[in-house]
Amino acid sequence: MAEQASGVPAGVDLSRPSAARVYDYFLGGAHNFDVDRQLAEQIAAMTPHLAETMRAGRAFLRRAVRALLADGVDQFLDIGSGIPTVGNVHEVAHAVNPAATVVYVDIDPVAVAHSRSILAEVGRAVVLQADLREPEAICARAAATGLIDFARPVGILLAGVAHFVPDADDPQGVLRRLRSAAAVGSYLVISHATYEDQPPEVLAAQRLSARTDTEITLRSRAEVTAMFGDFAIVDPGVVHLPLWRPDSDADVDAHPERFGAFGGVARLDAAAV
Amino acid sequence: MATSETGDGGADPGGVRRFARNWAAAAAGLGYLPLSFAETADILHGHTLRLAAAVLAGTFDGQAGRDVGRWLVEGHLTEPAVLGWAVQALGEDFLPLVLPQLATSAPARERISHLQGALAEGYARALRNRTFAQQSSIRQAAWSARDAAEQALRDSEVRFRAVFTGAAIGIGLADLDGRIIDVNQAFADMLGYTITELREINVGQLFHPDDAPGMYQFYLELIEGKHDRARVEKRYYRKDGAPIWTDLAVSLIRHDDGRPRFTVAMVEDITDRYELQERLRFQAEHDPLTGLPNRVLFFDRLALALADPDGQVGVCFLDLDGFKSINDGLGHDVGDQLLAVVARRLADSAADSGHLVARMGGDEFVILVTRCTGTPQLVGVAQAALAALAAPAQVDGHQLTVSASIGVVASPTAGTTPTEVMKAADTTLYWAKADGRGRWAVFDPVRGARDVTRSALAAALPAALDRGEFVVEYQPITRLSDRTVSAVEALVRWQHPQLGRLGPDRFVALAEETGLIVRLGRWVLEQACRQASRWRAEHPQAPIVVSVNISARQVSDPQLVGEVAGVLTRTGLPPELLQLELTESAVMATGGEPLPALRRLAGLGVRLAIDDFGTGYSNLAYLRRMPIHVLKLAGPFVEGMRVAGPEGDRDERIVDALVRLAHALNLTVTAEAVETGEQADRLVALGCDQAQGWHFGRPVPAGEITERLSRGPDRTVTGP
Repeated sequence: MAEQASGVPAGVDLSRPSAARVYDYFLGGAHNFDVDRQLAEQIAAMTPHLAETMRAGRAFLRRAVRALLADGVDQFLDIGSGIPTVGNVHEVAHAVNPAATVVYVDIDPVAVAHSRSILAEVGRAVVLQADLREPEAICARAAATGLIDFARPVGILLAGVAHFVPDADDPQGVLRRLRSAAAVGSYLVISHATYEDQPPEVLAAQRLSARTDTEITLRSRAEVTAMFGDFAIVDPGVVHLPLWRPDSDADVDAHPERFGAFGGVARLDAAAV
Repeated sequence: MATSETGDGGADPGGVRRFARNWAAAAAGLGYLPLSFAETADILHGHTLRLAAAVLAGTFDGQAGRDVGRWLVEGHLTEPAVLGWAVQALGEDFLPLVLPQLATSAPARERISHLQGALAEGYARALRNRTFAQQSSIRQAAWSARDAAEQALRDSEVRFRAVFTGAAIGIGLADLDGRIIDVNQAFADMLGYTITELREINVGQLFHPDDAPGMYQFYLELIEGKHDRARVEKRYYRKDGAPIWTDLAVSLIRHDDGRPRFTVAMVEDITDRYELQERLRFQAEHDPLTGLPNRVLFFDRLALALADPDGQVGVCFLDLDGFKSINDGLGHDVGDQLLAVVARRLADSAADSGHLVARMGGDEFVILVTRCTGTPQLVGVAQAALAALAAPAQVDGHQLTVSASIGVVASPTAGTTPTEVMKAADTTLYWAKADGRGRWAVFDPVRGARDVTRSALAAALPAALDRGEFVVEYQPITRLSDRTVSAVEALVRWQHPQLGRLGPDRFVALAEETGLIVRLGRWVLEQACRQASRWRAEHPQAPIVVSVNISARQVSDPQLVGEVAGVLTRTGLPPELLQLELTESAVMATGGEPLPALRRLAGLGVRLAIDDFGTGYSNLAYLRRMPIHVLKLAGPFVEGMRVAGPEGDRDERIVDALVRLAHALNLTVTAEAVETGEQADRLVALGCDQAQGWHFGRPVPAGEITERLSRGPDRTVTGP
């Protein structure tokens, strides 16, 4: 269990909405409660594209994981995994490489408990409750599961999670520490909400997100790009989500920026070490 | 429905693909595709074939429709609009696209209608089941997470409870009303209660009037949320009444929104440490021999008393008379026992009044009177102290009578420092000693200031001599027979940089006390002889004598004779032109025997004069045997001659007698302090040989004497 600074374990407050369950609702799942649905509807009412944004984020993650699998990556660290129901990483990975391993990480105790029940029947995939802001602890515990060997290339997935780290908590520093754990050939996958190219209602939705335990911090393309540090960003770069290696042109419509998030993938090449 | 009934051939492959792609496009446009578009279209292609097969089947049942409906849910194509699209497309587009040969077949259309219903049924059933399952699983997850959190809380609670229970330090929780919610065994043991008993006690009952001032107030402010923690040394009373000292730390625990909730107290029993501290403090503040407060505590209390802005404080500073001789004569052991007796008596004498009696060290004691009403009160205290010491003390078989001297100082508290008070007390004690011991003296600020000036002058003397701040002036001594200057008296002056010109009365006594008179006298002697030698060289036909005062200290200095001889040699002054003036007491210094030094001085050929003759207790018999040349009559007799009436007459008769006596001894007589012509005339009439005084000339710088000598043989002086 995560413990607060006082040493007293954090409780589970089901009267507050959870980002993971709101996300699940937007993906059509029923792993959510009234309070989550109410918040989701409020957000959706203000930003009609938000549900699509979340779906687009999920689709981006799927395409990115497949790209990593195609480059031979067979171990994944999915931080901020939420409730891994629809299109989850282990299913995508196992469809290509049944031997691939996945360690899910989330801060939400309910999401973690749920993941644990889902994964009980799945081999080579486990879940940890941890905080992205403690990357050393995450890596140490992930390594301790035996499913991830940081001496080999690992796919580190930060899908829609880094924007939950406020500037006050030094997200760039967190990313730097996280990257430092990776071996050559490792990948970093990031999708992150942005205010660039966005209408004003996005900012209002951001304020609503404060009702969950974590507020969203919208960031620029430059800031998101900086999160990749010395990793080499692969084509097509840090782009609006649908533009990242779409499965077909049919998947991209006239307004890819409406999803309000950037996605990108980068690889640690030998030269950077 | 048999194949024959539905026409020839199966599904149109191109139509199947088109239908599946339209379906996938609708799903992508209306909802979330968990797979890529192509994958989704592939899956929907299979569903389309399955539906086509059902239309073409020999025997129709709706299972294919239910299956496809279920598969849509399992494939996460659960956006309601996608179902709507599928049902509508099945009715409108399926047969024309997929089975064009049956586009108008009524049985086929009937089967399509059945399939529409079955698909919706299968979809709804699967979605309902999935929703139930997911709701159940998320609820399960929530409970399990909450259970885990609660378990963690319980584990944590168990750990903290173990700390609470087993801590060596006392820990207690109280609500804001002061009700004790819980305490641990250590706390209960410390106070001698059971835990149950303590839970029925209010925190307020544990406060005590002896607690540090403001402690309860601070506690009240703490529970109001004005402070977060407090740390104090606090006294508790155990159930059995025994006091204990504790180091108490109280922390305020707040609600999440910041409102005060309860307090946690951590208490450590520091009774042993506290008592040790107290003992050390007592030792640091008390004198081990007598048990009295020592100077540390005394100065603390004095400073405290002086902090009162408008009060008066009194000090009786007491020193035993002759204690050193007791200590030296009977040993330190007896001395120490005597000090203990004195301490006890002094403490007893002040016990009722509550004055602080302290031992300052050695045989010095002090009585501090705070809120002093004035000198009379202090004199009473001093007298009581002297009375307390009056009775002889029995010490180690000796009957010791001891007296003491006391310096009494009363001082307003404002603008006074402890140091100033004690300096005044010390000075006053010195006066009491000087006045004859066994008595008290009261501080006199004027006398004190004079003492201060005196000591400042005394301290400045040596440097003044080095810096050449002294000058010598000369006062004419006139031969009465012809009224010519026969001699001059050398008189030293101090040209003080701040105080101006100071006469010998201001510093000679000081120089004698400090011993500097030897150096100063030597310097004056040298100056005077050098000057006299110069006058002699300038006026060899009319030599004048220079008369130099020699102090008792100098007379007893064994080097004096050698020095005088040396000066005479160095300056070339004939010995008979040097006259040394000595007081009677200097001459009679040792047992009335004339000093051998005088004989040797006389042997040098130097003239000797007795200064201020008639004021001491001269032994005429010895006077007769001494090598004296001149008697200088003390000023008071001459001054008395100015007074008309019986007293003046009497002084005149005394002068007459002294002149006759001197002449009988073959001595020259010089009258001092002659201020009027009338006095001069009478002295002439009485046969006095020489005279000096303002009538004949004040002391002047050497240059003026030189001038007067230069006026030639007529050195007659007729007055100022």
